[in-house]
Amino acid sequence: MKPVWKRLYDWVDERVELGGLVEFLGKKYVPVHRHSIWYYFGGVSLFLFIIQVTTGILLLLYYKSGEELAFESVQFITSKVQFGWLIRSVHSWAANLFILAAFIHMFSVYFTRAYRKPREITWITGMLMFFLGLFFGFSGYLLPWNELAFFATKVGTDIAGAIPIIGKPVMIFLRGGEDVTGATLSRMFGFHIAILPGIFSVCLGIHLLLVQRQGMSEPEESGKDMKTMPFFPNFLLRDLLLWLLVMNVLAILAVIFPWELGHKADAFASAPAGIKPEWYFLFMFQMLKYIPAKILSIDGEVLGILVFSAAGLLWTLVPFWDRETKRGTRGRFLTYVGIAAVVCIISLTIVGWLS
Amino acid sequence: MTSEVGPTGPKENRRDFLKYFLGGGVVAWLGAVLYPILAFLIPPKQGEVEVTSVKAGKLGEIEKESGTIVRFGNKPVILIRNSSGECVAFSATCTHLDCTVQYRKDLGVIWCACHNGRYDLKGQNISGPPPRPLDEYRVIIQGEDVLISKKV
Ligand code: FES
Repeated sequence: MKPVWKRLYDWVDERVELGGLVEFLGKKYVPVHRHSIWYYFGGVSLFLFIIQVTTGILLLLYYKSGEELAFESVQFITSKVQFGWLIRSVHSWAANLFILAAFIHMFSVYFTRAYRKPREITWITGMLMFFLGLFFGFSGYLLPWNELAFFATKVGTDIAGAIPIIGKPVMIFLRGGEDVTGATLSRMFGFHIAILPGIFSVCLGIHLLLVQRQGMSEPEESGKDMKTMPFFPNFLLRDLLLWLLVMNVLAILAVIFPWELGHKADAFASAPAGIKPEWYFLFMFQMLKYIPAKILSIDGEVLGILVFSAAGLLWTLVPFWDRETKRGTRGRFLTYVGIAAVVCIISLTIVGWLS
Repeated sequence: MTSEVGPTGPKENRRDFLKYFLGGGVVAWLGAVLYPILAFLIPPKQGEVEVTSVKAGKLGEIEKESGTIVRFGNKPVILIRNSSGECVAFSATCTHLDCTVQYRKDLGVIWCACHNGRYDLKGQNISGPPPRPLDEYRVIIQGEDVLISKKV
């Protein structure tokens, strides 16, 4: 008598022919070289995303949207529901770690030029997910309806409103009206739990499919005889080990530094001292501070937003204008641009944090 | 592709016609589906209750050198009583990016915590990012009552 799992496998195999898939996995190899470590950050981002979906669904069982309910329901989760404080804290911490992992993943792909042909679509879907991730952060931040989130949302949506021509309608669309109110909360809730996850999942599906289909990108300088390791089980096991590690770090952070809830938002209270955006928006925020109020009669802020949007767009489209890798030469220019961006982001974040 | 009468013959014309007809149909169909969705996304204008004046409190209860946020319709207004006992009121919405300002007794200014914007007690922007002064409101003292109303 065959063991149960074998019979189950045969039962499925008979119907959907798993043979091809198993053969594919068996033939899959991951290149081994001195930059291999960076291959793991995509997996870490994926793992954190899975955690977000799981904890997010759990929170959804108790969370109530609405001006009169949101703050109280989060309070209920953290004080009354068993392990509610843990689930919420993990959700908040994992969100931050996700953005961090995505940042690292993005820059490592950029510096190793892994976006070059034929992986342009993988890069673009990745960038889309990165922007969606930021929007996830922004929309989720408001959901507890506390003071900090209330003003952060006011400022954030007001900045969107400064974009020429489309700004005002975009602001009203985001706020669900002229001001940040319960209507904004409902919208952000909708974005956060339905619209963004929907779009994100499609991007993620394409992204992962392409990674599987095209295999890992190899560094440009690699020769023909590159060392490899089998994806299954060697790479996968390493991946899982790292996931376990990340999970432990996450648990430690969530337990030792439980996420604060703060005070309930009040439209008729002053903005509290020491208010700051989330760290991943800090560098943009700090940059805006250095731009003079008016440059050639253009609003400094508007100019800042336009510059950031243009930079983001150029960055997203880098596979299409990167001539150096197309010619097959290992260019320095883009590396310098990348280093400048990293230095800029890190130093502005630190300055913003300290000020 | 075989055409009996040549490239501009009736068959091609008929094909062109069908192409535009079907293409137009697809566009019209898309429009009919998308328009209601897009329109749905635009929040309807809510009739705001027009407030012309509110009672902010009793003069005797308002300390000198203090600032309080008063609800004016659905907008916050800051009422300030300066050291000589005079009352002034301004919109409490920062002209920079919409935060709500506060009175800082230690600095003697109206301060915005969001980006360290400062206004003097006449509502003029004196430092930081705010581009414009705060909108002024009128303060009327009626006996003991302090009333705030829109400037006309
Ligand atoms: S919102 Fe007041 S200074 Fe920026």
